[in-house]
Amino acid sequence: MTEAVSAETATAETTAGAAVAAAEQSGPVLRPHAEHAFAHELAALAAADDRPRPERWRLSPWAVATYLLGGTLPDGTVVSPKYVGPRRIVEVAVATLATDRALLLLGVPGTAKTWLSEHLAAAVSGDSTLLVQGTAGTPEEAIRYGWNYARLLAHGPSRAALVPGPVMRAMAEGMTARVEELTRIPADVQDTLITVLSEKTLPVPELGEEVQAVHGFNLIATANDRDRGVNELSSALRRRFNTVVLPLPADADAEVDIVARRVDQLGRSLRLPAAPEGYEEIRRVVTVFRELREGVTADGRTQLKSPSGTLSTAEAISVVTGGLALAAHFGDGVLRPGDVAAGILGAVVRDPASDPVVWQEYLETVVRERAGWKDFYRACREVGA
Amino acid sequence: MTATPRGSGAAPLLLGVRHHGPGSARAVRAALEAHRPRAVLVEGPPEADAVAGLAADPGLRPPVALLAHALDDPGRSAFWPLAAFSPEWVALRWALEHDAVVRFIDLPAAHTLALTEPDAERSPEGDVPPPEAGPPPRPDPLAALAEAAGYDDPERWWEDVVEHRGTAPGGTAAGPHDPYAPFTAVAEAMTALREAAPASGGGVHERDALREAHMRLRLREACRTHGDGAVAVVCGAWHVPALAGAHPVTADRRLLRGLPRARTEVTWVPWTNRRLSRAGGYGAGITSPGWYGHLFTVPDRPVERWLTKVAGMLREEDVAVSTAHVIEAVRLAETLATVRGRPLAGLTETVDAVRAVLCEGSEVPLALVRERLIVGHDLGEVPSSAPAVPLQRDLTRLQRTLRLRPEARERAVELDLREPGGAARSRLLHRLRLLGVGWGEPVTGRAGGTGTFKERWLLCWEPELSVRVAEAGVWGTTVEAAATALLASRAAEARALPEVSALAEQCLLAGLGDALPTVMRALADRAALDTDVARLASALPALVRAARYGDVRGTDARALAEVAEGLAERVRVGLPPACAGLDADGAAALRTHLDAAHRAVALLGVAGLRERWRAMLRGVTARAGAAALLRGRCARLLLDEGGLAPEEGERLVARALSPGTPPPEAAGWLEGFLSGGGMLLAHDERLFALVDGWLTGVSAQGFTDVLPLLRRTFAAYESGVRRTLGELVRRGAGTGGSRGSGAPQAPRPGFGPGLDPRRADAVRPTLELLLRGASAHHRPEPEPEPEPEPDHDHEHDVRVEVAR
Repeated sequence: MTEAVSAETATAETTAGAAVAAAEQSGPVLRPHAEHAFAHELAALAAADDRPRPERWRLSPWAVATYLLGGTLPDGTVVSPKYVGPRRIVEVAVATLATDRALLLLGVPGTAKTWLSEHLAAAVSGDSTLLVQGTAGTPEEAIRYGWNYARLLAHGPSRAALVPGPVMRAMAEGMTARVEELTRIPADVQDTLITVLSEKTLPVPELGEEVQAVHGFNLIATANDRDRGVNELSSALRRRFNTVVLPLPADADAEVDIVARRVDQLGRSLRLPAAPEGYEEIRRVVTVFRELREGVTADGRTQLKSPSGTLSTAEAISVVTGGLALAAHFGDGVLRPGDVAAGILGAVVRDPASDPVVWQEYLETVVRERAGWKDFYRACREVGA
Repeated sequence: MTATPRGSGAAPLLLGVRHHGPGSARAVRAALEAHRPRAVLVEGPPEADAVAGLAADPGLRPPVALLAHALDDPGRSAFWPLAAFSPEWVALRWALEHDAVVRFIDLPAAHTLALTEPDAERSPEGDVPPPEAGPPPRPDPLAALAEAAGYDDPERWWEDVVEHRGTAPGGTAAGPHDPYAPFTAVAEAMTALREAAPASGGGVHERDALREAHMRLRLREACRTHGDGAVAVVCGAWHVPALAGAHPVTADRRLLRGLPRARTEVTWVPWTNRRLSRAGGYGAGITSPGWYGHLFTVPDRPVERWLTKVAGMLREEDVAVSTAHVIEAVRLAETLATVRGRPLAGLTETVDAVRAVLCEGSEVPLALVRERLIVGHDLGEVPSSAPAVPLQRDLTRLQRTLRLRPEARERAVELDLREPGGAARSRLLHRLRLLGVGWGEPVTGRAGGTGTFKERWLLCWEPELSVRVAEAGVWGTTVEAAATALLASRAAEARALPEVSALAEQCLLAGLGDALPTVMRALADRAALDTDVARLASALPALVRAARYGDVRGTDARALAEVAEGLAERVRVGLPPACAGLDADGAAALRTHLDAAHRAVALLGVAGLRERWRAMLRGVTARAGAAALLRGRCARLLLDEGGLAPEEGERLVARALSPGTPPPEAAGWLEGFLSGGGMLLAHDERLFALVDGWLTGVSAQGFTDVLPLLRRTFAAYESGVRRTLGELVRRGAGTGGSRGSGAPQAPRPGFGPGLDPRRADAVRPTLELLLRGASAHHRPEPEPEPEPEPDHDHEHDVRVEVAR
């Protein structure tokens, strides 16, 4: 108990003003920021960390990696792993931030890009809130700065009328800024970042000034590399980033676990009845997705064509949730092959020209012969006919 | 320090190394330079003493391997691969350059090969590995040391502690530090390790004891001749303590007494970087020969130079990489090394940096970097003065037993494949052809092509073929093993499906049953990825034939059938969509494949598949957008198989020829339906009436359009059929029941009222002649040339079917 209290006081001392204000809000928030949720771990790491830290970093690169990958500190504090995946990914990401190159996290949906970027920012700068959410409608102001129009009209352009964006604040204070879904942002707005990343400055022509980045500033962007309808990064911008591709879960068990857990959460919020017998079906969905995604069967004996869709873990989750809803409302509440077959077909067949063949081949050469998959094969045949 | 040789009273210089470690190699060179021994002893088979001098030949370029093989059984062999950065190679070269004596001190290959007899079938490399990178049976000494140092990967630990010595930033190899220091440290560590893990018996350890006993004897011998201080030993670090301690000579002698011996010969063979790497399956124990070679050759700044090299390679491949990229990659690699607590960025760090910066996260160019640079394409060379490779010996032996003498004079031989001798000769020639030794060329023509049980070859032994044999020696020590290895490697590398199916055929011709599973795997894999149904379909018939008439020298025909069935399924699934959006030529091409695949499926005789295949055909007949030719063809195939009831067939014809269908499309459908024998039309009146009705209904303009198509269809019929059809038309098919009413009462147009016996008699002799001829040569397709010998029933000779 006493330990927890002391850890909390330590946090209060070390976190930035804005974060303290957030922590002092009345009542528990729905989802606390990473730096609050894991404040005691960060504090313990900071205390145990005697390695050199880059300027304005809260922790040394080694401690940041430990924070993300988990471990036990000399004083006995257990640091929970935040990212379960190859150690290499985290090390490259941290090293990139330490070289003051910007970091681009690429990956299909459901590979913990945002999660990783939030925790990186929390560990490096102690603040994960300097965030620009990328959408098709993200304006330049969201990245650079806006104006307080009342002041602007009343007193003309001045520093006081300027409303700095998250990136600008990060530059001025030497913090880590985050840009989510960078490729969703229109290309011309994306390119605003070029000056920021190469010259480390943000000019304000209206005032004839500029904001220059101080040591400790860096930027983490996330992007989805296989989705449609994205704006490819210009090569000029791409060059400013070190790219880390986040892999899909390494093995089937890990993925089944992720899907089952996520489905459980979603199901509860949708008030669907829990389906314990459905575990087998979840495994089946994950197996189908993994095999088609990787282009080889789980036993590695048969090569397969891959369909055009991404078949991400996130899609597997939605297929299972959809199946659960079907089973709950129209079936006997037990997740059966028929409930997921349509969902799988919809996820696999994205391109009407080439994907049906891929799916048919998979059905005929793999599913038909597989022991215990008869029902599933029949269900898929029914749906596909 | 002491640049002069130590006093002759000093102990011999023991240099414990990691095999193929560039850091060890540098250290060995520095130590030898400092010590200047008169005799250099190297871990390796003593039989190689005779060929050691060849290492000075500029024609011998690493990577190479010392190959020891049993004279009476070339299949039993062992390799000692050496790269330019191997400490043993460095020691060898140093000794030859400085006129020092070179001796190999390991257990003689004669014993090693004799001892490996029980499992000679296994990879020849398996039993005599470089100890430190050896297989699991022996606890890896380096792993224990690395674990103690907190490393999970022993290779990395050794790299950090030993290999990266002398490549420190700006550091030069011959720095002011003690050249013996690393070896002293390694020897101490190994001594501690050996004490901690006492020899616990077991096969591998026993072998180690033998090897070390022999090393000690050879060492003593050398010391007696040259003096203790003038001898240097380069061996695996693990053995150093065993050589340093005092051991009674008699015990060693006793240990080695009575070991089995095999008559052995040793020679140099060229090696490749890929085989040095673990991926090559020859387990030299290093995954990154290219990187090691780089570390060994660069004077300084290994990381910077390496990344520049990577950038240069990527630029050649049109990946835009700027100097700024390289700078950032170097920075990232160094920061990573710091984060990971390593003294210097190693391969792992540079790969991570290349991936994140130069390849922008993509694995595709990275794979290229791995293949071209990290492993590398280096190919060693061996001068022609090196002793003959065992492959040549095996070939000579085979030539003798098969009585097939190599002669420079061109000569034709005919092989009867039904006889074991003929089949064996054919196999040998096919295998040699595969290996690029073009001794015999198969003669296609008279006896070839049409497929008989005979094979004709033109033999001619050119002197340069011996060179080819030597080159092919890389692949194995016997003709069969080499051809198998080569075929397997080609199958793994082949990209396109036809390439692999050709390999499969060669595999059968050459009787390489061992390579067949690999080739089949490759075939199944390529088939899975091939999206071109035509290609899939064209690979199917040969495969089915092979599977059906399989049993090719004990080949597992079941595996073949499995692959064939998988392929047929893929064709079945892919065919319907492929029928759409085709032009006339495309449709015609696919039709040929459809017919061939249909026959193949029938031949394969898998019940479920046939049902599904029929369902597919039925699907195509009704498929909107499918080429009319193919729809018609599918209907016909179904009808011929009995998969279509007569009424159903009629309905299909009626639908295809209904007035709404554009005439050219209907004609296309008819071509597909009617081609390949017109008796159907002559015998089925209702069909005939439908076609006739449609044709008379076609407008004048439409008729000119369809005329060429119809002509093509009907021109393919035999003249008799054409005539019958003509008669039917003239008679007026629509009149109905004319055939059923028995002998024609009314004179048909163009024919006389009755039979004219006189005129009929005139044609009778000709007719009889014709009919008799037809009964003798009842085969539908005329032979280009009748076979000289009386016709046995050879059509189903296995070889013939396979040879197609």
